[in-house]
Amino acid sequence: MTGGEELSAAGRGAVWWHRLRALICVLVGLYLVAPLVIVLIISFSSAPFLSFPPPGLSLQWYDNLFGNPVWLRSLITSIEILVPTSILATLLGTAAAYGLARSRLPAAAAIQGFLMAPVVVPVIITAAGIFGFFRHIGLNGTLPGLILAHTVLTVPYVVATVGAALSVVDARLEDAARTLGASPLVCFRRITLPLILPAVLSGLLFAMVTSFDELIVSLFISTPRVRPVTVQMWSNIRGDVDPTIAAIATLLFGFSLLALLADHLARRRSAGGAR
Amino acid sequence: MQGSLKPGGYGLLVLPACALLLVFFAYPVFWLLLRSISEPHWGFANFQVLYERSIYLKVLLNTVVISLLVTLCCAVIGYPLAYTMAHGGPRVRRLLTFVVLVPFWTSILVRTFAWMVILQRQGLINDLLLWLGLTERPLALVYNRTGVLIGMTQILLPFMIFPLYSVMLRIDRSCSWAAATLGAPPLRNFLRIYLPLSLPGLMTGGTLVFIVSLGYFITPALLGGQRDIMIAQLIEQQISNFGNWGLAGALSLVLLAGTALCLALVRRFVGGQAPWGRR
Repeated sequence: MTGGEELSAAGRGAVWWHRLRALICVLVGLYLVAPLVIVLIISFSSAPFLSFPPPGLSLQWYDNLFGNPVWLRSLITSIEILVPTSILATLLGTAAAYGLARSRLPAAAAIQGFLMAPVVVPVIITAAGIFGFFRHIGLNGTLPGLILAHTVLTVPYVVATVGAALSVVDARLEDAARTLGASPLVCFRRITLPLILPAVLSGLLFAMVTSFDELIVSLFISTPRVRPVTVQMWSNIRGDVDPTIAAIATLLFGFSLLALLADHLARRRSAGGAR
Repeated sequence: MQGSLKPGGYGLLVLPACALLLVFFAYPVFWLLLRSISEPHWGFANFQVLYERSIYLKVLLNTVVISLLVTLCCAVIGYPLAYTMAHGGPRVRRLLTFVVLVPFWTSILVRTFAWMVILQRQGLINDLLLWLGLTERPLALVYNRTGVLIGMTQILLPFMIFPLYSVMLRIDRSCSWAAATLGAPPLRNFLRIYLPLSLPGLMTGGTLVFIVSLGYFITPALLGGQRDIMIAQLIEQQISNFGNWGLAGALSLVLLAGTALCLALVRRFVGGQAPWGRR
């Protein structure tokens, strides 16, 4: 952005283009964010239906949500899935990314591609396949089944984020530590891990959010007894909708927002060292 | 292979993740695709049904048309935003990044639900249009193609904006300035200099949006009507309603082949990295 920006030849046209672009950006920004804000506001509505703007404010829909054992159970189920999923995905993903970065395997690119495949293959295909497979081995409608399926879907994000961070870590630091007698494990824990920690945390957060928000695979393999909150929401959306759905949507939105902020903080703290 | 896998070598670290994916991803997907030729009997009967029954072909066509329209909408809307993000001041950049990231991290189900609320008959948009006197009766904005396009474009926009932004960041503005100094009118300058330079971003973003659209399920299921269902919905229906694994497998194979073809094309033209990597 230095110098020569306003070339007088371009004159008025440039100013107009500038304004038009600003207007477009504001509109697109609204388009992206306004729907979420509107749902957030409606969740505090005092009206028994989804009207906007709400005639008054109340917490009744949150009351309704936390007072209802079905919603509460589904929320707990979601958390029971997302905690082991995100830990497992982070462990497996970080190990794989580290292995890929340091091993010089001949097929590294192919393995990397394979590990990214669950993001590329349309989820509906993965969901249908896992559903059919789980039917045979009796994992449908079980917590371990949901955890395994969610881990499959979230590992690629960890591999990608941690892999990207590893590619900028100077391998000579590790070599130096190894030369000085550190075992591979100590070297990883004392040298590499601190350097890639923001990326690992970022991967963990994204795995948590992805698992919490996952619907399609869960839709296939969950049963009314083990039902995560998104599936519960899905089955209610298609019936008669009241602002309780807006309340649960706001909860999910809030969770994403928190994770995004945490991710931002993690990156920010590392920004000084990495760049 | 063995040579580089030293005992205790780093290569072993990829094994757990690979094993998990092999058992709980690759095998199930392969099993599903195999149904297309093994059920109800071995042969290509399922593909013949797909080809001969016009309703299935219509769904395939509908999927491609909607995906193309969504890609086009994302390109038109996303381009100016990415441009401003890349060449605006640091505060503008930070604000816009936040605006794009928030929906990106938010559940598709939540965003789709938001559009159901806004676009419904007594929703915000219709209220606004009525109040402004632009329409006399509420418009049908949801449970049809309009609703699907509005919802999917919003949800997939970040996939267009991020690749565009990262390419635009690296564009050397002095080319445009040089052209302007030499008297090129702004539009021509843009078309001849800037647009071609940003084309890789547009291609990557466009392919990404198109590929993700092809397999979309939640948004068309909730915002679309009966008449324009997409391929993912058809797969779900075949399994949940009819237990027709053969046809579901055949449809999955078609969807997967389409996705792979698009990826191969973009690799060919843009080259380099996989477009789905997050940074």
